[in-house]
Amino acid sequence: MADTRNITVTVNGEAHSREVETRLTLADFLRHELNLTGTHVGCEHGVCGACTVLVGGTSARACLMLAVQCEGQEVVTVESLAAGGKLNPLQQAFQDHHGLQCGFCTPGILMTLTEFLREYPDPSEAEVRTALTGNLCRCTGYQAIVAATLDAAKRMRGGA
Amino acid sequence: MKPAPFTYHDPRTVAEACDLLATHENARVLAGGQSLMPMMNFRVAMPDHLVDLNRVGELSYLRWEGEALCVGAMTRQRDLEFSPDVGRRCPLLREALAHVGHRQTRNRGTFGGSLCHLDPSAELVNVTALLGGTLHAASKRGTRDIAFADFAVGYMTTSLEPHELLAGVTLPLPGDGRGHAFVEFARRHGDFAIVACSALIGFDRGGRIADAAIALSGLAHAPVRPAAIEKSLRGEQPGAAAFKAAAAEAGKLDAMADAYVTTTYRQHLARVLTYRALELASARAGERANG
Amino acid sequence: MASTWFGASVKRKEDPAFLQGKGRYIDDIHLPGMLHAAFVRSPYAHAKVGRIDKDAALTMPGVHAVLTFADLPEPVRRQTLPLLVPHPALRQPFMPHALVKDEACYVGEPVACVIADSRYLAEDAADRVEVEYQPLPAVNDCRDALGEGAPLAHAGAESNVAARFPLRVGDADRAFSGAAHVFREKIYQHRGGPFFIECRGAIAQYDAAADSYLLHVSSQGSHRLKRCMLEMFDLGDHQVRVVTPDVGGGFGPKGAFYPEYVNIAVASRLTGRPVKWIEDRRENFLTTHQERDQYWDMEIAVEGNAKIIGVRGQLIHETGAYVPWGIVLPWITATTVPGPYVIPNFKLDVVSVFTNKIQTTPVRGAGRPEAVVTMERLMDRVARELKLDRAEVRRRNFIQPGQMPYNVGIIFRDGRPVTYDSGDYPACQAAALAASDYAGFGSRQAEARKAGRHLGIGISNAVEATGLGPYEGATARIATSGKIAVYTGATPQGQSHKTTLAQIAADQLGVDYNDVTVVTADTATISLGMGTFAARTAVNAGSSVHLAAKEVAAKAKKIAAGMMECMEDDLELDGGYVRLKSAPDVRKSFAEIAVRSIGTPGFSMAGGLAPGLEHTSYFTPEQSVYSNGTHVAEVEVDIETGAVRILRFTVAHDCGRVINPLIVDGQVVGGVAHGVGNALFERMVYDENAQPLTTHFGEYLLPLATDVPHVDLVHLETPSPLNPLGVKGAGEGGTIASIAAILSAVENALEPFGVTVAEAPISPQRIVELLGEHALGRTR
Repeated sequence: MADTRNITVTVNGEAHSREVETRLTLADFLRHELNLTGTHVGCEHGVCGACTVLVGGTSARACLMLAVQCEGQEVVTVESLAAGGKLNPLQQAFQDHHGLQCGFCTPGILMTLTEFLREYPDPSEAEVRTALTGNLCRCTGYQAIVAATLDAAKRMRGGA
Repeated sequence: MKPAPFTYHDPRTVAEACDLLATHENARVLAGGQSLMPMMNFRVAMPDHLVDLNRVGELSYLRWEGEALCVGAMTRQRDLEFSPDVGRRCPLLREALAHVGHRQTRNRGTFGGSLCHLDPSAELVNVTALLGGTLHAASKRGTRDIAFADFAVGYMTTSLEPHELLAGVTLPLPGDGRGHAFVEFARRHGDFAIVACSALIGFDRGGRIADAAIALSGLAHAPVRPAAIEKSLRGEQPGAAAFKAAAAEAGKLDAMADAYVTTTYRQHLARVLTYRALELASARAGERANG
Repeated sequence: MASTWFGASVKRKEDPAFLQGKGRYIDDIHLPGMLHAAFVRSPYAHAKVGRIDKDAALTMPGVHAVLTFADLPEPVRRQTLPLLVPHPALRQPFMPHALVKDEACYVGEPVACVIADSRYLAEDAADRVEVEYQPLPAVNDCRDALGEGAPLAHAGAESNVAARFPLRVGDADRAFSGAAHVFREKIYQHRGGPFFIECRGAIAQYDAAADSYLLHVSSQGSHRLKRCMLEMFDLGDHQVRVVTPDVGGGFGPKGAFYPEYVNIAVASRLTGRPVKWIEDRRENFLTTHQERDQYWDMEIAVEGNAKIIGVRGQLIHETGAYVPWGIVLPWITATTVPGPYVIPNFKLDVVSVFTNKIQTTPVRGAGRPEAVVTMERLMDRVARELKLDRAEVRRRNFIQPGQMPYNVGIIFRDGRPVTYDSGDYPACQAAALAASDYAGFGSRQAEARKAGRHLGIGISNAVEATGLGPYEGATARIATSGKIAVYTGATPQGQSHKTTLAQIAADQLGVDYNDVTVVTADTATISLGMGTFAARTAVNAGSSVHLAAKEVAAKAKKIAAGMMECMEDDLELDGGYVRLKSAPDVRKSFAEIAVRSIGTPGFSMAGGLAPGLEHTSYFTPEQSVYSNGTHVAEVEVDIETGAVRILRFTVAHDCGRVINPLIVDGQVVGGVAHGVGNALFERMVYDENAQPLTTHFGEYLLPLATDVPHVDLVHLETPSPLNPLGVKGAGEGGTIASIAAILSAVENALEPFGVTVAEAPISPQRIVELLGEHALGRTR
């Protein structure tokens, strides 16, 4: 008999109740139960960072959490970033600087940087690069991501 | 890479958790999940019961008791990293934390989880070894204290019994005036080190080394405290000659090998990093003595 | 017509969806009733496979089927996976079956396929399939494989040799006998993999009523996969449609046809439901193709003034267990060796060897980085021995711009002589040296040495065959609504086709590039295609889009001229209208013209025009076009730990005319990062039984943001005369030259200690080994 639980998780401000198998990862819950496929799965062992989401306000690997652990918690995913379909300053900076190519690592990187820029509103290049070490990108060489992040920080400080 | 089925338990108290561990076979304790979850996804770990401690509030704390820092097993690495008190009163721990994983893993990863996973190169294990921490185990039969030296019994194997969990750790703080250092060599930022070396040095009034502590990770299944080297430094004038002599001895310690790293290279790094750690710790001890 | 969009750094059309998590990658597609596959894979590198007991698995909850070789339909059992590029030099063209028939030849080769309600349940059941294995001796090293009495990678093979072939220019042996200097280098270049962040994956959906398959797959070329499906299942053209959705990185290996795709198609037909398989990262380490393991033994002969008179030697290339791309990889490697230099005499003997490891097929650079490393190591050796500056040695040997087109004297994989179409190699190196302040490096190095720091600088030059044929196609079509669509078989994995191809079409049609929708990689929309690999899309698809859109523009004018009763020459296209140049208000919209173009029921078509405001072009290049570049790496080596930090990295490159500079910059910088991995980090370790020990990202080290340097770029533009746009490929150059430059810089940093570097990747441990006593540094 599969071990299941009823859980309620608030994702991007909306409460979702489901019966889930307890071994279901948060990443699979978001993607396949809630159809929020913006959170990507790249390694399932906590290295690539493509599945990074915010849980209780801090960044976490969704492949290393169980959905049941999020009972009663607030989860924030990439789908929440563009309010009303308008790219937020970080997203816009990514487009302006060509900070993404295949786009697969992008959601995890955006979520990591969303947390990072809250803590470091005026970061140095070295701080940005260190913050990115938990996310792998195979396309860009990171250079345009770093440029986009620094520019986004500037725009956000300017209230753009 | 999906975990095999298990029965999930999320106790709210240590007592409940201990009850579960006492009554279920093949149970594993889930802390921050940054090591156990990958192993479960790979099906390297296939527990029948998973006892999740994330809702056991009493295991998450950070307390100062006299000259000791007490850390709950479920205290997140992030909470230590961002604690101004830790930065001020135990800068060694802060320096070590800067090498631990990445922001996402430190947000979830716990102090106790790192100790119990017992990776040979783990930074928090190294710090616990250097400070001579005492680990507090809990089970249905009560609690017991385990000295770090008796905790790490083999490669990624602790002396915790299957029905026990780690509740917390007490880390004696280095006395005033000690200089600290945590240096490591890893291939990339956030990787487990190939070799790490931490050190504490205190000077006597004459500016000679009064006491030295060294912990080397990456040579054996657990950090090595080279007592002979520590002793040989006492009474020495801090400086290149003393550091070289100590480093040369560190380079002769036994070291393991694996498919990626040779014994020779680990010994070489032990030598280089011992020198660097002693140099940095001495400089800081000197600043404290003069400041 | 002047370019409005071609050459402009416009923002990508792909981005808004990707940035909001609205991309549609293979695992984002959910079809009603969909089942999930997991594979039982050989745990041995080489084994006879005996009885397979699937009873326990079949009784597990949620399990629908377990396929073994015996369960496959007849046409699938009868044949192995298609060999995409046959070649006469291929002596033993071993290819795998869709499932192991009786002999597994690498760890991870699929033995059985389990279909269940979820991936979780499928993996549970896969663990319960019992397979009898009888392990056989395994071949884990391509050099050992050639030895007398070596075990055979395939039981019953004549040897472990897949192919042998020679390349000859002039008379190398004679040239060597009269040379002033001859230097020999043995060089090892290790495997590397694509390691895209999105693993492979596919969904097969069998439609019983139409007796046809729809395959969604994360690929680099839908049309080639369709061809493979048709052959495997013995089907007609109408029975397979392949669609590639958004792809999370490809880098070469997603262009291959893999056994999993066949299995899920079989399973979909068997169960009557769509079946999805998503490769997980462990499977990715075991079963996605990787590249190389090459051992070189080379000699260079030069005159007293460092002018090259000959290069000769041998290359042992490991192909792994099978040869899905024939000898493409070693052939490209061999033909890339001469690079930008005049080499009058050249002789290379290549042997491609089977081992019991995952097969090697093109990964970003496709055999070229290895050739560049080899040639540039030889050039550094000449400079060292003759006590000349490394840049000067290269300068003395460059093919001069006046020699273009330049026939190297060898045959490329496209069957054409290697003839460089254009390029100014001396200017390119000069630009890189200037941008990197090569002249000032000596004082930087000396200054650092005073402080006990060891800096090094390295240079490399590369010429890259890009834009390979045979063709790519494009259909440009204006619907009766006036909306513009471009269809192509090119299959992007991050290269921005939907933006760059729209830019090209927009220029011809006089519209904003946002008004052109590019639809890629759906076999239902265009009949032929090759896909995106070998830095070929800008040249092939780009030219086809240009030609197709140009024809549509001409047709629109012709129809409008009839409607407006004027001369075509009096008309121009602008903003979705064809209008009178002299009176812009007098105009016809694309919608009106498109409606006219399709005719009216019952009325004859006027004017002899083919119906429809559309055109399909297949640009068929007569040969490859050759991009080139110079890379300069400046590094610091910590001699005590062996750590290498790249301080500065400069690329001067020439990929002809640039469609979108922002995008080309991204391609080049990303390519350099891939090269950083190959030069310093990425290593697959196997044990003596060819069992891979490197199976996750904790052990296989991809470069992080803190490992990759900022790259300074200099663009040169020598248009290619061989296509209408003057473009050349840009996707791989960043990788091709970077590895050699980094190795050269590391060697230069360690010059005071007499260290030479002859392998990639070069690890800190290896650097410390090479330094010996010197690595003791301050601890001595």
